[in-house]
Amino acid sequence: MSSEAPPAGGGEPDHARRFATIWLVATVLALPLVIFVLGPILPPGNGSDTASGQVTDNTVLLAMATPVLLLVVLYLLYAIVNFRQGAGGVLEGPAVRGHPQLQTSWILITATLVLSLAVYGTVRLETGYGAGSGSGPKPLTVPSGPKLPIQVIAQQWAFTYRFPTYGGVETTHLELPVGEEVEFHVTSLDVIHSFWAYQLGVKADANPGVDNIAFVKPTKIQTFEVHCSELCGLWHGGMFDHGRVVSDAEFEGWIHEQQRIFAPATRVLPPYAKTYLPEPTERGH
Amino acid sequence: MFAPGLALRGAVDVGSRRSGEASPGGRNGTQGKGSMSAMARKLAGVVAAVVLLGVLIGLYISSWAVSAPRTIAATPLAGAATPTSSLTLQTVAAVGPALSPNHPNWVSYLVRQNGRWVRSTIYSVPANSLVHVTIYQFDGDSGLRNAFLSEVQGTVGATEVIDGRATDHINPEEASHTFVVPQMGVFVPLPGVPEEAKNPCEVAPCDPATMAHRTIEFTFRTGRKGRYRWQCFVPCAAGTYFNFGGPMQTIGYMDGFINVV
Repeated sequence: MSSEAPPAGGGEPDHARRFATIWLVATVLALPLVIFVLGPILPPGNGSDTASGQVTDNTVLLAMATPVLLLVVLYLLYAIVNFRQGAGGVLEGPAVRGHPQLQTSWILITATLVLSLAVYGTVRLETGYGAGSGSGPKPLTVPSGPKLPIQVIAQQWAFTYRFPTYGGVETTHLELPVGEEVEFHVTSLDVIHSFWAYQLGVKADANPGVDNIAFVKPTKIQTFEVHCSELCGLWHGGMFDHGRVVSDAEFEGWIHEQQRIFAPATRVLPPYAKTYLPEPTERGH
Repeated sequence: MFAPGLALRGAVDVGSRRSGEASPGGRNGTQGKGSMSAMARKLAGVVAAVVLLGVLIGLYISSWAVSAPRTIAATPLAGAATPTSSLTLQTVAAVGPALSPNHPNWVSYLVRQNGRWVRSTIYSVPANSLVHVTIYQFDGDSGLRNAFLSEVQGTVGATEVIDGRATDHINPEEASHTFVVPQMGVFVPLPGVPEEAKNPCEVAPCDPATMAHRTIEFTFRTGRKGRYRWQCFVPCAAGTYFNFGGPMQTIGYMDGFINVV
């Protein structure tokens, strides 16, 4: 690789060849560890089809970043070891003016990495029905089959949940049946919030006047955390709750109990709608 | 990606070269020292200014951070089978200059302590006990943004007593405020004073003996020790963004803590 052969009799070694070998070996050793050891334990876990997809995405991203990280870190270490300035005068390298091979390689490799990630991300968003993020009121792709619609209503500072297929009952907590496709309709009654069900891999903005749709199919019975992930005022940090993924039978029992408990409130709720934006006169400005 | 041999090719001993150069402008050592001293003085001045500014900012933030209202302990009630304490609160449309010189027009909760009304929203109650709350509500209605919160939740019997009558909900359009402790599951809506009521209270403290009000009573059960936030859910801060700014975003008015001890 080097245009200069090392001087005979113990002169400078071919640093380029030597470093490339070190980097290749390190990459070959690190990649299986990243993909097969670190990958399966990456967040957010495998609590739903969406979450599992995000684990795959994180593994792909990490695997692509690993050679780049190793290149930078190993070269830094290599330089420290091999190009350390000894005692005496301060040595400076020569100015580098134009190196077509280096420049072309750098542009091609970085462009390939970035563009391939853009293509990968786009495909994953499409095939994953939004990959857990809100896709707005008209998602480009929708999972086939029956879905359980649940409206997530954010306000300062609490989430509540409305079930249009169960008489429009609204609840303070969220339970979901395992193995059933859920269609979240996320909206807000005041400022911008964000509904983040961490273990389910769902994170959808809650905007006033917007019906933001996100899909998820919980795949195992578990407890999950719900946070607001958009700074929304004094008690933003308090917009926190635990939800549960339960069996079908348990869910049916729970939702009917909620219908009984919240019957007085259900009677005075407005008819189910995609959004409940307050009238402009109520916004205080 | 990697330039072969770039690192060492044509290295120059700069130290050696520089050692042979004359001082610019013919400065001698003494002049150089004088120049450095001036630079050092400037640097010291800048550092001192930055440190002073940092200290002032730190003092401002720390004074803000510790300016929370004082904690008011619930009053123990003797003779109850279960440990019970009581809190007596009032809600007012304008807190007034005596209790809040900086924000006399803000809506607020007040708490009674030793016979006097105090502006604090941080209350201390015993763990694993009952807390009986009486609220004298002097404000008019604003209406709930989410009618769901018009139902009473988390109190003993899932009811509240309004002016002597027990109920499990109110008309959401008549809500004036709420007393909600989300982590405890306590949601209590408070109805407003009718517009046509005689002798309304304009500025706190308001006198329940003589001024128009609603009386709301309820009891909730505390669990383990901890600090739980509470808030009003009615957008009652007129004139602020979405009616939810100012007193809705400030501890000591429409938000606070229940310290379970």
